[in-house]
Amino acid sequence: MGMEGIGASVVRKEDKRFITGKGRYVDDIKLLGMTYAHFIRSPHAHAKVKSIDSSAAEAMPGVVAVLTGRQIVDDKVGNLICGWAVTSKDGSPMRMGAWPAMAPETVRFVGQAVAVVIAESKNLARDAAEAVVVEYEELPAVADMPSALKPGAPQLHPEAPGNVVYDWHIGDEAAVNAAFSKAANVVSLELTNNRLAPNAMEPRAAIADYDAAEEHFTLYTTSQNPHVARLVLSAFYNIAPEHKLRVIAPDVGGGFGSKIFIYPEEMVALWASKKVGRPVKWTGDRTEAFLTDAHGRDHISKAEMAFDADNKILGLRVKTHANFGAYMSLFSSSVPTYLYATLLSGQYNIPAIYAEVMGVYTNTTPVDAYRGAGRPEASYLLERLVETAARQLKVDPAELRRKNFITQFPHQTPVIMAYDTGDFNASLDAAMKAIDYAGFPARKAAAKAQGKLRGIGLSCYIEACGIAPSKAVGSLGAGVGLWESAEIRVNPVGTIEVLTGSHSHGQGHETTFCQLIAERLGVPISQVSIVHGDTDKVQFGMGTYGSRSAAVGLTAILKAMEKVEAKAKKIAAHALEASEGDIIIENGEFKVTGTDKSIALPMVALAAYTAHNLPDGMEPGLKESAFYDPTNFTFPAGTYICELEVDQATGKTSFVNFVAADDFGRLINPMIVEGQVHGGLVQGIGQALLEHAVYDSNGQPVTASFMDYAMPRADDVPSFKLSHTTTLCPGNPLGVKGCGEAGAIGASAAVINAITDAIGNNKLEMPATPDRVWHAIHGNA
Amino acid sequence: MSTVKLTVNGKAVSVEVEDRTLLVHLLRDHLNLTGTHVGCDTSQCGACVVHIDGRSVKSCTVLAAQAAGANVTTIEGIAKGDELHPMQAAFRDNHGLQCGYCTPGMIMSAIDIVHRHGGELDEATVREELEGNICRCTGYHNIVKAVLDAAGRMKVAQAAE
Repeated sequence: MGMEGIGASVVRKEDKRFITGKGRYVDDIKLLGMTYAHFIRSPHAHAKVKSIDSSAAEAMPGVVAVLTGRQIVDDKVGNLICGWAVTSKDGSPMRMGAWPAMAPETVRFVGQAVAVVIAESKNLARDAAEAVVVEYEELPAVADMPSALKPGAPQLHPEAPGNVVYDWHIGDEAAVNAAFSKAANVVSLELTNNRLAPNAMEPRAAIADYDAAEEHFTLYTTSQNPHVARLVLSAFYNIAPEHKLRVIAPDVGGGFGSKIFIYPEEMVALWASKKVGRPVKWTGDRTEAFLTDAHGRDHISKAEMAFDADNKILGLRVKTHANFGAYMSLFSSSVPTYLYATLLSGQYNIPAIYAEVMGVYTNTTPVDAYRGAGRPEASYLLERLVETAARQLKVDPAELRRKNFITQFPHQTPVIMAYDTGDFNASLDAAMKAIDYAGFPARKAAAKAQGKLRGIGLSCYIEACGIAPSKAVGSLGAGVGLWESAEIRVNPVGTIEVLTGSHSHGQGHETTFCQLIAERLGVPISQVSIVHGDTDKVQFGMGTYGSRSAAVGLTAILKAMEKVEAKAKKIAAHALEASEGDIIIENGEFKVTGTDKSIALPMVALAAYTAHNLPDGMEPGLKESAFYDPTNFTFPAGTYICELEVDQATGKTSFVNFVAADDFGRLINPMIVEGQVHGGLVQGIGQALLEHAVYDSNGQPVTASFMDYAMPRADDVPSFKLSHTTTLCPGNPLGVKGCGEAGAIGASAAVINAITDAIGNNKLEMPATPDRVWHAIHGNA
Repeated sequence: MSTVKLTVNGKAVSVEVEDRTLLVHLLRDHLNLTGTHVGCDTSQCGACVVHIDGRSVKSCTVLAAQAAGANVTTIEGIAKGDELHPMQAAFRDNHGLQCGYCTPGMIMSAIDIVHRHGGELDEATVREELEGNICRCTGYHNIVKAVLDAAGRMKVAQAAE
């Protein structure tokens, strides 16, 4: 490892612009002649749009246009799509209700747009929106899944009778029934996984700029995957063919999944820009983010686990209802199915698993992938169930886990996934040592002597990352392949540009991707630039989510790099009159092994471009590209342990210690990896203690600002003790697994297991607010 | 419309704005100082924090007119040329930022925290004082480290002056 190579905690290259206020986010961009959009949104959860009178607004000074849902439908802008086809148990396809970018007839959640005002300034657009009169006829609404599934419940979509999207299953029901019939003990648990709002700190924004002469659109957007946005906008929404649409995602202020999707606002901005003949900018405010960014989680589940007399797991049976909100968002269908139920084996050897998942429409904001996407729900369910089992079977929770760990790899689970490698005992041992697990009973007793309830909770998570092998996901219904592309351009003076389809919005790719080049060529990272986020610069890419950037994106760069090195070695060998096989690369030089003959990278690059003396038949230039499609998912795993105290009088929890032992395979930049873990842990802790997107029974959102929705703040959370154990991923040449979601996947179960341990009552739902904890302590929950 | 005269990052400026214009919009839209961000519109998140006469203030909660005559410092105004402010350097060195969106507000708040507490900062105090700045990326761990690190650097810098 060099100073800046793989494994070095290199300080980030991108930081200078962010710490000096020179980041360039979408809302920072101004175009000549730009107009501003303000959306008119439904105040009702379910209603017919009777009429829209925009005459007063249109007469106001500075108003350019008022456009409605009827017009966008008439102009044949396509309905929003869901890109993953999930089939019900009975073989029927999932039932999709039509979702136009603005509603022409029926609104199905509070915040759904019915019209947009385009004006000369943000304030004028907002003022004019007040003057647009929309007449609604209210319809009865269903805000939660039990209400939506009742006979006679109000129906959202004629396409989906009973408000059911699909009724899906996985696994072997007969095998599970057989396992339960011979069980010595059965442990069961009912639990909810609370709905969350992703809340990237940068609200979504879009600027659309139509060039009538070229019939060409440019879209600046807050996207995690600008190429996917262009593909969907072109192929499904009829905005423009791909070569007439450039999508740029500049600096993006966090995503966590919420900026994967192509939203109505981008579609409307593009369409409106052509209609008014000027650039159109929309910047969401925080309340619009709460109303329209796809939410996360929102499951209700019942789980049962069968054990033999020796406390070995025999089988697992799970029934889950997943709330999709009012419409099927872009990847929503895959989240509670192929991203959730396929991880229900966890770290355990479970011979038989059967899971049923019913997708349900409600009059709420659509739900889709949020950090972890299905895997946090699986991990929370399983880790609470195993902890419950340990208490019921009166065995140590660490020992019960250890007894059931998978120890032989590769391991085929009963739910599709084939784990390639891992060492679950190693991460459990590391976490137990870090928190002094053996000393806990004494600490609990000491706390009790002082009137405090102290608890400890474990969570042994596994996730499937490096999303994803295209052929595998295609066979499961995905509408796209999930490879990644890369291009490496060595310039004539030896500087290097790496073009990648992985977008960076906080992950540090501008640094870590350079570290690979530094490792291979021995050049300083200052000599390398990472180019991403612009469909005119990078040919294609699938974007950043699912902890895929290192395992898939960086591997694509490695594949391109190998081609660059092969050609450069040929040029060097020719120049040095040596055999190609004798050339080695060291510190930016191509050397003839065993001699003092060498040629520096800039001279090789220059030779490639002057082409005065290249080997016979070689093309000039030094630029290579690669598409890399992984052969399997990667399987990061680890153990989190939380120790905390509960105040009996108030129900408030206080962290004592929180340790994490993760196996991410090879670490490219440990500093950045640990930053990802810290952030994920706090999102998991936020879900466990604070966060909940709440609707009243009429579908009115109760939590639509940071004054109502409890975001984790600095004084809500602890500092963390992190450690790493390592099994290299055999599925990619770098041995990396991915680290972006682990914290959010594993943390919430550790927290709730610790609280329920402290208070001696297992009946507790997230978020475990002081009110809920107090009631759980005092028995009237 | 009103004319607001103030000093921003050491330069006297005179800006004609609508009366309802907030300071953050004067900075972003009229002076093109886009380092100051809007994250919540309700004075909760702190992405818009600037200094007015040396004290940290959420610029989404101040009318531009209220800043008339004041000395406003934004994230763009704290480095001395190429030399970063110790708080900026500490955020970089401790990986106290990821997406960068909350970072300018965090840094401006943190500088004020160090000024108010001098060298007497500890982790609990930093966490309590940062309660008005929300970060969704870092989990605060490295931000807290950065502020404590910077407090030391600023003390040394002050002693040297």
